Amino acid sequence: MKLTSALDIIDYCHKSSVSLDALALAYETKKTEKTPEYIESYLKSVLKVMENAVASGINDVDNHIHGKIIGNDSIQLKKRYESQKTVCGETIAKAAAYALGTMEVNASMGKVVASPTAGSCGVLPAVLVTAKERFDLTEAQLIKGLLAANMVGSIVARNATISGAEGGCQAEVGTASAMASAAVVHMMGGSVEQVFNASAMCFKNLLGLVCDPIAGLVESPCAKRNAIGAANALLCAEMSLAEIKSIIPFDEVVDAMYRVGKSMPSSLRETALGGLATTKTGIQIATDLFSK
Amino acid sequence: MKDYNIFDIIGPIMIGPSSSHTAGACRIGYAAQKIIKSPIVEVRFVLYGSFSKTYKGHGTDVALLGGILGFKPDDERLVDAFKIAENRTLKYEFISSDDDSEHPNTVLIHAKTNLLETWEITGISIGGGKMIIKSINGIDVHFTGEFNTLVTHHKDSSGMLAKISTILSQNRINIAFMKLYREEKGQKAIGIIEADERIPKNVVDELTQIDGMISVNVIQKIYE
Repeated sequence: MKLTSALDIIDYCHKSSVSLDALALAYETKKTEKTPEYIESYLKSVLKVMENAVASGINDVDNHIHGKIIGNDSIQLKKRYESQKTVCGETIAKAAAYALGTMEVNASMGKVVASPTAGSCGVLPAVLVTAKERFDLTEAQLIKGLLAANMVGSIVARNATISGAEGGCQAEVGTASAMASAAVVHMMGGSVEQVFNASAMCFKNLLGLVCDPIAGLVESPCAKRNAIGAANALLCAEMSLAEIKSIIPFDEVVDAMYRVGKSMPSSLRETALGGLATTKTGIQIATDLFSK
Repeated sequence: MKDYNIFDIIGPIMIGPSSSHTAGACRIGYAAQKIIKSPIVEVRFVLYGSFSKTYKGHGTDVALLGGILGFKPDDERLVDAFKIAENRTLKYEFISSDDDSEHPNTVLIHAKTNLLETWEITGISIGGGKMIIKSINGIDVHFTGEFNTLVTHHKDSSGMLAKISTILSQNRINIAFMKLYREEKGQKAIGIIEADERIPKNVVDELTQIDGMISVNVIQKIYE
């Protein structure tokens, strides 16, 4: 069994009449030489850490959970969607708050799951918890979602990159968004084609996104980009479940993302030497932080 | 081909904020104390490249020290590493170096143990929480912590390797990777043997009995 592309995976699922999550579990069991029970119990602990991070972020009334730059945004958004009619609907508002909250937990040295990286750790929990609440999903269904997400993430890591230093934010938040969208489509009973269509659209919407962290820290603009990554995942899942297809197939989109990443100057790849990091305000924040 | 599994893609579970600057740094410290084995009483970290510039904002200092204290990247005690080190009367110091380094996230760890041995260990954090120990006491090595690993200190002499591998094969331990380093011919050598199976104490005892063996340390797998 060699699965090196979305095409391989789609073929395999059809030929063997196996679901995407079952294939992912079998594949990981073989690769890691762990039992399926071990992997499932690992994913249960992943879910717990994700749910705890979301809860800590949005319930941080005293604003203990903040980084050097960010904090308090998730709770502010929560206050708004709980008390007023939202602009973008409660689902998107919640997902954004959960993503911001998880990133605030990360910035405050709290416990998170790098999925696929710490800089993009807010997207997957935000989308999973939002979907769980909206559709009353069980732990078993969420684990199936994580397995589907893993398939997408491992293809990107294998054929392109998931590192901001190599491919910019499109490689980090882009991959997280594609993974989260895959999870939702799979949990909603979408086909394996629909899973990869959703993931392909996620990348296309974030293609070219640079990595320009202020002061070099995993905080700003990272947290809000996690919020857009979560909203993007939900939107692309919605489109794909409506049978809207990605014009460019997933594998080609991933290749394009990689080529775009490689042609980005290094100043826009996690070095804090370009983009927002070198704006007047960005430089001022960095100067104030490091002169302390 | 890059090989990733589910523990890399949906993981690691870690204390934030950065997999390379926090989790990877912690694993370097963790691996170092496993290699050193005797209790450390003094440690100095020299930080290079991006580690040197952003270590405070990323908690690289806390993570390195926490690793030295024996905490893994998901251990919530990491945040309190400074206080815990002080309680354990472990002296620590961080130095930013402007010198060039081969890799942007490099740290050189100088440690002194309760037996007054001194150690110098260089590690690099390569992203996603992964790390490589590049040198131990001036000897170039390549240790990733992804396998159960034997670190042997022995006299450089003929047949040493055969004796080690015989004992391992008799105990059904399969060698995944093996590297030998020596300072000089006939002098002290270091063997790093990465194995698929756990390496039990009786095997370590048996290896310690080999003529010319100075010490045998086991570092069980640090991460999946």
